[in-house]
Amino acid sequence: MERHFDEELKELKQDILKMGTFAEEAIYKSVEALKNRDKSLAQSVIDNDNNVDNLELAIDEKCIDLIARYQPLAGDLRFITTGMKINAELERIADIAVDIAQRTQEIADQPLLKPLVDIPKLTVIAQNMVKMAIDSFVKGDIELAKKVLLSDPEADELRNLIHKELVEDYMLKNCSTAPRAVQLLLVARFLERICDHTTNIAEDVIYMVQAEVVKHHPEKIKGD
Amino acid sequence: MPKIQTNGLGLWYGGFHALKNVNAGFEANKITAIIGPSGCGKSTLLRVFNRMNDLIEGVRIEGDVLIDGSNIFDMRTDLVTLREKVGMVFQRPNPFPLSIYENIVFGVRVHNGRVKRDKLDEAVEQSLKSVLLWDELKDRLDKPALRLSLEQKQRLCIARLIAVRPDVLLMDEPCSTLDPQATARIEELMRELKASYTIIIVTHNMQQAARVSDDTGFMLLGELIEFGRTEAIFTAPRDKRTEDYITGRYG
Repeated sequence: MERHFDEELKELKQDILKMGTFAEEAIYKSVEALKNRDKSLAQSVIDNDNNVDNLELAIDEKCIDLIARYQPLAGDLRFITTGMKINAELERIADIAVDIAQRTQEIADQPLLKPLVDIPKLTVIAQNMVKMAIDSFVKGDIELAKKVLLSDPEADELRNLIHKELVEDYMLKNCSTAPRAVQLLLVARFLERICDHTTNIAEDVIYMVQAEVVKHHPEKIKGD
Repeated sequence: MPKIQTNGLGLWYGGFHALKNVNAGFEANKITAIIGPSGCGKSTLLRVFNRMNDLIEGVRIEGDVLIDGSNIFDMRTDLVTLREKVGMVFQRPNPFPLSIYENIVFGVRVHNGRVKRDKLDEAVEQSLKSVLLWDELKDRLDKPALRLSLEQKQRLCIARLIAVRPDVLLMDEPCSTLDPQATARIEELMRELKASYTIIIVTHNMQQAARVSDDTGFMLLGELIEFGRTEAIFTAPRDKRTEDYITGRYG
C-alpha cells in the first residue's frame, strides 16, 4: 500500500543527499584552494557554511516532525533516526572543510613548504569515503558501507606518514619551517577526521539496513 | 518455563481455519501483546487460554496449551477453576447491573461458595485498591456500577477479576473505548499489575503494544508470524510481513 509517509521520507532522503553534496563540495574546494593557494575559493567554502548549517537545522526539524506526526516503527524508525545522525556527521565534515579553508588562508601568502603529494592522496581517500558513505545511505548498500569502514586504516596510515615526514624531514631539521608545517599537519589531521566521520555514517547505514549495531564492534566487520 | 505455552495449536470454526500451528511461550510477570489485522485470530487465541471458545458451536482444536505445565484441554481440567485462574477483560467494560460491591464479590462467591462478610469486605477493599479505585469509590460501594464512568467501569472489571485471585489476565482491546488519558492510566495500572500477574493483551493500537508490553506477537491469517521482545519487533522485525503491518504498508 502506498503511503503519504513514503513521500515525506523520500523528501528527507533528498535533503540528506543535498547535505552530502554540500559536504563533498566543501572538501573538494577547500583542498583545491590549499593546492592552488586560492584565498577566494577558500573564502567561498567558509561563506557556504551558513547554508550547510541551515540545511542541517531543517533536516533535524523535519525528522522530529516526522517522528511526532507518524510515530514511525521498524525500518521507518531506523531510517529517520539514522538520517538524523548522518545529518550531524555531514555537518561536522563540512565544518572540517571550513577548518581546512581557514588554514589555507593563513598559509596562502607564504611559499609552499613542499610540493603536496600525500595530502592530495589523503584528500582523494577522504572524498571517496564521503561519496561511498553517502551512496551507501541512499542505496541502503551494506557492502559499500563496509568498504568505507575497511578504507579507514589506509587513511590513518597515510596521515601517520605525512605526520612523520613533516616532523622528521622539516620541523626537526629546520625549526623555521614549523609554522607552515604545523598548518599542513593540521590539514592532514582534518582529512583523517573526515574519514572518521564517514565511518560513523557507514556504521549507521549498517544499522539502518539490517538493524545490527557494528559501532564499537570492529570484529563484526572483519568477520565477513 | 513460560506460564503459558502453546504447542502446535490449531483451531477451526467449522470449516474456517482460524489458528494455524501456533507455538509461543507467554512469560509470567510480563505483558505480552498480540497484534495483527482484524480477523487474524488474535482474539481467538486469547479466548483459547480460558477455553471461552468451548461455548461456540463447531469449534475444533488441536495441539496443546499448557498453563503451569498442565494441558488445559485435558479431560481432568475443571473449567470453573481454569477461568478462576485465567480471567478476561473485554473491549467494552461489562459490569453486572449490581452495586459496585456486589460486582466484586460476585466471582468470589461463585468460586468459594459462602464467604463471611469480613472476608468479602477485605476482597473488595484489596481489589479496588489494586486498580486504584478505592479512594474514589469507598464511600459509595452500594451504588450501581453502571453509573460509573467508562474508565471506572473498566477498572472495576479488572478489580472483579483480581478479587478471585487469578494468575493470568487476558485483555481484549481493554482501552479501545477509552480516551487517551484514561488509556494512559489503564496502561499504568497494567504495568503495576504485571508484578503479580501474567498479562496478555490483544490490541489494534500499535503504539499501545509498543508502550506497554515486554513481548509482542504478530498474527496474520491465523498464523503467529513473529514473536519476540517488543523492542526488537518494533525496531527490527525479522519478517517482512511484520514490518509491513507495523509500518502501515499492509492492506
